Amino acid sequence: MLDVLVIGGGNAALCAALVAREAGASVALLEAAPEAWRGGNSIHTRNLRCMHDAPEDVLTDAYPEEEFWQDLRKVTAGRTDEAMARQVIRGTATVRGWMHRHGVRFQPSLSGTLHLSRTNAFFMGGGKALVNAYYRSAHGLGVQVRYDAPVAHLECDGGRFVAANLASGERLAARTCVLASGGFESNRDWLRAAWGQNALGEWPADAFRIRGTRYNQGVLLRDLMDQGADTIGDATQAHMVAIDARAPLYDGGISTRVDCVSLGIMLNRDGLRFDDEGADFWPKRYAVWGRLVALQPGQVGHCIIDSKAVGRFMPPVFKGERADSLAALAQQLGLPVDAVLATVQQFNAACQTGSFNHAVLDDCHTAGLVPPKTHWARPIDTPPFYGYTLKPGVTFTYLGLRVDARAAVHWGGQASPNLFAAGEVMAGNVLGQGYTAGVGMSIGTVFGRVAGASAAAVARQESHATT
Amino acid sequence: MRQLEALVAEAEAARVLQICNACRYCEGFCAVFPAMTRRLEFPPADVQYLANLCHSCGACLHACQYAPPHEFAVNVPRSLARVRARSWQQHAWPAAFGQLYQRNGVVVAVVLALALALFLALGAAAQGSLWHAPLAGNFYAVFPHGLLVAMFAPVFGWAVLALGIGVARFWRGQAGAPGAHAADHTPTAPALAEAGHDVLRLTYLDGGHGEGCHNESDAWTHARRHLHHATFYGFLLCLASTSVATLYHYAWGWQAPYALTSLPVLLGTVGGIGLVVGPAGLWWLHRRRHALHGDPDSAGMDRGFIALLFAVSASGLALLAGRDTSAMALLLCLHLGCVLAFFATMPYGKFAHGIYRSAALLKWAIEKRQPNRLQLGAD
Repeated sequence: MLDVLVIGGGNAALCAALVAREAGASVALLEAAPEAWRGGNSIHTRNLRCMHDAPEDVLTDAYPEEEFWQDLRKVTAGRTDEAMARQVIRGTATVRGWMHRHGVRFQPSLSGTLHLSRTNAFFMGGGKALVNAYYRSAHGLGVQVRYDAPVAHLECDGGRFVAANLASGERLAARTCVLASGGFESNRDWLRAAWGQNALGEWPADAFRIRGTRYNQGVLLRDLMDQGADTIGDATQAHMVAIDARAPLYDGGISTRVDCVSLGIMLNRDGLRFDDEGADFWPKRYAVWGRLVALQPGQVGHCIIDSKAVGRFMPPVFKGERADSLAALAQQLGLPVDAVLATVQQFNAACQTGSFNHAVLDDCHTAGLVPPKTHWARPIDTPPFYGYTLKPGVTFTYLGLRVDARAAVHWGGQASPNLFAAGEVMAGNVLGQGYTAGVGMSIGTVFGRVAGASAAAVARQESHATT
Repeated sequence: MRQLEALVAEAEAARVLQICNACRYCEGFCAVFPAMTRRLEFPPADVQYLANLCHSCGACLHACQYAPPHEFAVNVPRSLARVRARSWQQHAWPAAFGQLYQRNGVVVAVVLALALALFLALGAAAQGSLWHAPLAGNFYAVFPHGLLVAMFAPVFGWAVLALGIGVARFWRGQAGAPGAHAADHTPTAPALAEAGHDVLRLTYLDGGHGEGCHNESDAWTHARRHLHHATFYGFLLCLASTSVATLYHYAWGWQAPYALTSLPVLLGTVGGIGLVVGPAGLWWLHRRRHALHGDPDSAGMDRGFIALLFAVSASGLALLAGRDTSAMALLLCLHLGCVLAFFATMPYGKFAHGIYRSAALLKWAIEKRQPNRLQLGAD
């Protein structure tokens, strides 16, 4: 009988499969997507948040466990599990050598991401290169990889995994199973139900774009929830970014981000500001705006900058609207002209003269304005003006399966003997809300390895018991 | 029509680069991406520069989250390859010859070589020297030295002149482009040294991690780099062989044939072997290249060039092997036909890649030493 069945084809699944195979288990990996789309959301990632006590090849300075933990605690506003979070953090300290052995290469932080050079190790070529390397290694080690193999149902018996029922009707039994099948963000109906209707009668989730794979339908998450597995997290919590409204419905990835919010102002469809554009450095804020925009009428935001901002932010994939006057720009963006002009006039008047410095939390702020802009506030007054229309983009959802330190799935507080979970399907154990760059890959890599090792150990015991 | 094709290719590359510039995951692979991040817009001169900087290693294609079947359909190596071939055509001298880049396929190469060989053979036959008693490698008994010089010097000179003018036009196009900075086009010694190093070592076929580039899959291989080295250094050794022989002839008055242990023959033999193994291997790799690599429109030009290189060296080695037989004159005609065809097609074929890429590498080596004029946030 097969020792370890891994369901999923992204980073966590591959880490689990590789570790289990290294431990001597026979391993099969089922990827729901066709080969061309393999890798789930991992193909869109670019780095791993990584603790280290001294400078390493591509990591500057030090990023000790405690600082990483404090960062995580802050962004999640305490909605995290300290023991599991620290398990992830410690795991990142030593994992890169293993990644390298399986073909992953690292590069210095990308231009325009200097702020991450201390905390995040960038994959050379990004997440798809990482996924390719892991698949090559998996093939080399003899992991049986199957594409186009979505699983519809897990047969479980009192919390014990028995077999996977593929959508094709095939039944695959195994001693153990690692579920690494992602969140449910690609399932539009589920998102719609989770977000419900707002006070205006809108269904906010209908406006969402999905930044990653279309294959994260949450089929097995739902299946296990229905069977009574313990869950963690809130179905509306997710990694959400405000992205260009022209982004494709799926797989827009990183390029659809618009990184000029902190350099300008953000208006809703009524031409009004609704949050502090300069609260903190962009990497700590980019994953906040998706949710903020989702809560606005029409689930839309319009970022407006003037020519002083041009060249100071990562160039966006789609060109913005451009006009020589604010009135013309408002018109092009489909915004009420008078409201926009009034908002900008108010904002400009509230800007206090300071010394602008985008690299620090500078002293350019507004006075007497609600909401304030606390840093990098400079009047929007130098044509040409540019505007970008933004929509919420969901990266991945946080509602998931509750697991323990061995990555075992829980049923009524009891650990399953042979069903484990890794990656986005259990990231909610560490991420109750919020995000900090690269931590999704930290969770997926560390818990993927934990799940693979746990599954291989159980499979070995069982095969000894039966022989 | 040709101009329209160039515009379409440049527009597609600009579209792709705008997507890349918003992603940047590939920065560590090669020089193209760091050079890209110094720009916000991609007008034709910049696209042509980046196109010639690209070594078509395939790393950014296999790593690309936006590669087909993604609707963004990003294929950087292919879109740059299309621009690259058309940029040589655009800068060709004389301009009317530019369209030869599109016609220089395998058939043209082989037919030209054979036709020239036949022409030489007929000439020799008319002189009664085609089939002969063994001449102990005395080529000049078939074609007098002066005749050979009269045939080859103009063809070789033309090739050098045409390529030189072409690349000079390319460089002027870069330096004179709107918004170009003089400092980015003023070579310094360190820049020249670095560019030379990158040309001679094929630095950018190492994948950025030192483990090679891609051929048929997402796996790394050093095969292309090594085979290219065999080809490139084999070619240089053959040139050195000819140069030493020229020196022997004019400076010391030592007439060919030279002994097997002489410097010209040794250089030519080692170089010839490299120039057989290299192109043969490159042809094999080319046949097996991943379907999304490269520009299919240029595949003929690529293979025509590889075929001629192979024909030159194979016929040269055959001539060396058979220089003491009655077939020497025939082999000589074949070899000379191949060499003539090679030089004749040189300025309007794949050979141009080496010249233009060297220029692009030089520009990069200069440019990277200049301060970045963008202020993309340190945040």
